[in-house]
Amino acid sequence: MITQMLFSRHEKKTVWAVFLILLAAALVPLANLLIPEDSPFHVPAYLVPLLGKYLCYALLALALDLVWGYCGILSLGHGAFFALGGYAMGMYLMRQIGDRGVYANPLLPDFMVFLNWNELPWYWYGFNHFAFAALMVLLVPGLLAFVFGWFAFRSRVTGVYLSIITQAMTYALLLAFFRNEMGFGGNNGLTDFKEILGFNVQAGGTRAALFAATAVALALALVLSSAIVRSKYGKVLVGVRDAESRTRFLGYRVENMKLFIFTVSAMMAGVAGALYVPQVGIINPGEFAPANSIEVVIWTAVGGRGTLIGPIIGAILVNFGKSIFTAAFPEFWLFALGALFVATTLFLPKGVVGTVQQFLARRNEQKKADAVEQAYQDKAAAKADSQLATLEPQAAE
Amino acid sequence: MYRAIQTFLVAFCLLVSCLATGLRAQEDIRPLIDALGSTAFPQKIEAVKALAASGDPKVGEILQNLSDGKLYAPKTGGTVYLEGPADGAYLDVLTGAPATEVPENLAKIKLNNGLRGAIGAALSQLTLLSPDRSARLVASQDLLKDANPDNLDLLNSALAGEKDAEVKATMEAARAVILLKTDASAEEKKAAIDMIAARGNRDALTILTAALDNAPDELKPAIEQNISSIKGSLAMWDVAQNIWYGLSLGSVLLLAAIGLAITFGVMGIINMAHGEMVMLGAYTTYVVQQTIAAVAPGMTDFSLAFAVPAAFLFTGLVGVGIERSVIRWLYGRPLETLLATWGISLILQQAIRTIFGPTNRQVDNPSWMSGAFEFGGLAITYNRMWIIVFSLGVFVALLLLLKRSKFGLQMRAVTQNRRMASSMGIRTPWVDALTFGLGSGIAGMAGVALSQIDNVSPNLGQNYIIDSFMVVVFGGVGNLWGTLVGALTLGIANKFLEPYAGAVLGKILILIFIILFIQRRPRGLFALKGRAVEQ
Repeated sequence: MITQMLFSRHEKKTVWAVFLILLAAALVPLANLLIPEDSPFHVPAYLVPLLGKYLCYALLALALDLVWGYCGILSLGHGAFFALGGYAMGMYLMRQIGDRGVYANPLLPDFMVFLNWNELPWYWYGFNHFAFAALMVLLVPGLLAFVFGWFAFRSRVTGVYLSIITQAMTYALLLAFFRNEMGFGGNNGLTDFKEILGFNVQAGGTRAALFAATAVALALALVLSSAIVRSKYGKVLVGVRDAESRTRFLGYRVENMKLFIFTVSAMMAGVAGALYVPQVGIINPGEFAPANSIEVVIWTAVGGRGTLIGPIIGAILVNFGKSIFTAAFPEFWLFALGALFVATTLFLPKGVVGTVQQFLARRNEQKKADAVEQAYQDKAAAKADSQLATLEPQAAE
Repeated sequence: MYRAIQTFLVAFCLLVSCLATGLRAQEDIRPLIDALGSTAFPQKIEAVKALAASGDPKVGEILQNLSDGKLYAPKTGGTVYLEGPADGAYLDVLTGAPATEVPENLAKIKLNNGLRGAIGAALSQLTLLSPDRSARLVASQDLLKDANPDNLDLLNSALAGEKDAEVKATMEAARAVILLKTDASAEEKKAAIDMIAARGNRDALTILTAALDNAPDELKPAIEQNISSIKGSLAMWDVAQNIWYGLSLGSVLLLAAIGLAITFGVMGIINMAHGEMVMLGAYTTYVVQQTIAAVAPGMTDFSLAFAVPAAFLFTGLVGVGIERSVIRWLYGRPLETLLATWGISLILQQAIRTIFGPTNRQVDNPSWMSGAFEFGGLAITYNRMWIIVFSLGVFVALLLLLKRSKFGLQMRAVTQNRRMASSMGIRTPWVDALTFGLGSGIAGMAGVALSQIDNVSPNLGQNYIIDSFMVVVFGGVGNLWGTLVGALTLGIANKFLEPYAGAVLGKILILIFIILFIQRRPRGLFALKGRAVEQ
């Protein structure tokens, strides 16, 4: 049934987007590895992880869009789920270093040796297996979202209040992960990774594979999201967004619906974080900063919330702009980002994709209206003709 | 006549004897001075102690010279000389006259940490007899900490001549501590214990605990009883101190949150740029202070009096500008307001960073706000105290403005029923702009206060914005009393958690508590009553 749901008819746009992403998944690594460097089609090595990073952000923005665009929950804490997924992956990568660290301790990561710890904390057990770490990438953010949502949605914390407490959640986690006693590397976080699944994380081939994996994950998430929002459940979700009380009075269990989408979204964010960490090579508590989570919101808003490809486009556009801006005029990036926030909310409330859609829809409607008008006029003319035709014999009499 | 002659004679005799003892003493200490030039550090330390015990008035100067590295001696030991004004010229240490027949191999007398410590202790002993009251106080406090039995005689002589009550009390305490270390009689020790216990502070506790081990058996019960009573009163003062710190933190939170209570609570606007308004207020204080220092240096102590209205007006105007240009298009869309004001906050931060640079700016405390005083066992700093007073003042002023003025009435009317208020002839857009300006202006005044206790940097506001939201949400939106109670509760709770959990963990616990609290009471402590299902 799930496969049927996944492969049931999607919007044409979504199909195209999935196709394009998969094409990129194939072409970028090939263009990086196989095409010679002097060719104009060669993708330089530094660009591959950068593009991979954009796609991770796109996945995060898509996850946020599911809860914000389709359910009206403005989460200012999605960066926390992203970072938790990242930390789970980072813990696996730390364990893979083994005795090649600075202190050459076969069991303990460097920072624990530095802090004079003698044994591995219990919550680090199992992270030397990739499968366990991958499971945790989904479970930890999912569990946090489930518990948090369970309390929040059942007591009907909505709107701004929910936004503020999600922000408080990520802020609390930020403070917690800064503590050395937590056992996650404190201020410095986890870094200096060597291998993933036995491959060198710095190697070109591994980076290309990671890019491809990110693109495939994004495509899968897009298909999953599309299946969710086009299902009956997805329609009710939009109902919750637009008129929560009315949906509740119609007999739907609003809190369960919110809880489901919030948890799914958090897991997607966790996957994005897990793919992000090996590509950038570090995860530190800074990822929990409330500012990061708000930035995700603006990617989604710029692209267009309530559309599935909007957040992907928004995340890539904004981060591409950020890369260019911070290289060319580092002073002005915050001005530009700030102006983007203001301009998007004031002039582009539906985002780029939403606005284009609206424009196209209006044009279609205009065409339809024109056609109807035309048809009416034709009809009227025909009627007049026939009336004339009926009158004429009378006149003839 | 007779009296006058007698006085004269006495004075004359005193003078002569002083001169005589002075001269004699000077010659007496010469071997001790020369011992300073010996090659071994233990001997030098002995010499310093002996010099200090000699009581000669020149000793202070000599030791100071030694500590400054101005004394020279032959490398193999011998006569010590004082560095002269020119290179290669040396003076006699005692008389200051140019020295003749200086040996060739003179070298600066080397110091090590042990010697430096000995010099410091000796200098403080000497200052016990200094005519300067504060010097005597410091010296007696040093002695209280150090409590070297060798100083007992010196202390006794100093005590005999001491007039100042505070210095005398410290000296007596020091004497008591020293007595406990010597083999004085049990009665004397008993009196000493009572004397120390009467001080009742943490130092007394340490002294008594240390004395407990080698005290004679008959004194142990008395010491133990005193220790437990001191512990009891210290615990009480600790609680009071925590409440005070909590009030102080709470008043800072109140200042930062009260403007937000207006914009968020009354208007329903999520103003993420609120922290930046606080930051602008702090920078206004900086600019005002710099201007006054440049224009009228005599007025620097009163620069805050100018900074408060200046910050209120400036940030208020910025607030009105933001409301008119951005926020008024977003009424009824709170989540969009949140994003737009976040954007504004980024722009303001970067603007300040571009103008003033990313580093901290120095805002000075006026003299009436620096320093501290003791109230029982409480250490109260003046700046914290004035900030509590200031924040309560702002709170009361705001309450009066809202409840007693025409503008407050209009504001409340617009909040409760915008369309009805508009129909009654209230210009709602104008009220909106002024309300937002008021909230921002209060944030600016908070910035003036925060500039006194926190770093004035472009990130100042970021540190307060989440806390302020927590306070408003916890206290209940749309209710100033809720904000007051919320701020003080969170402040005190934070300070009580800190000793047990540490500062960071304490803050995390508070955040978790608020997240859970919101689940129980989604509208805060003092929620406005209403029937609306959704707002």
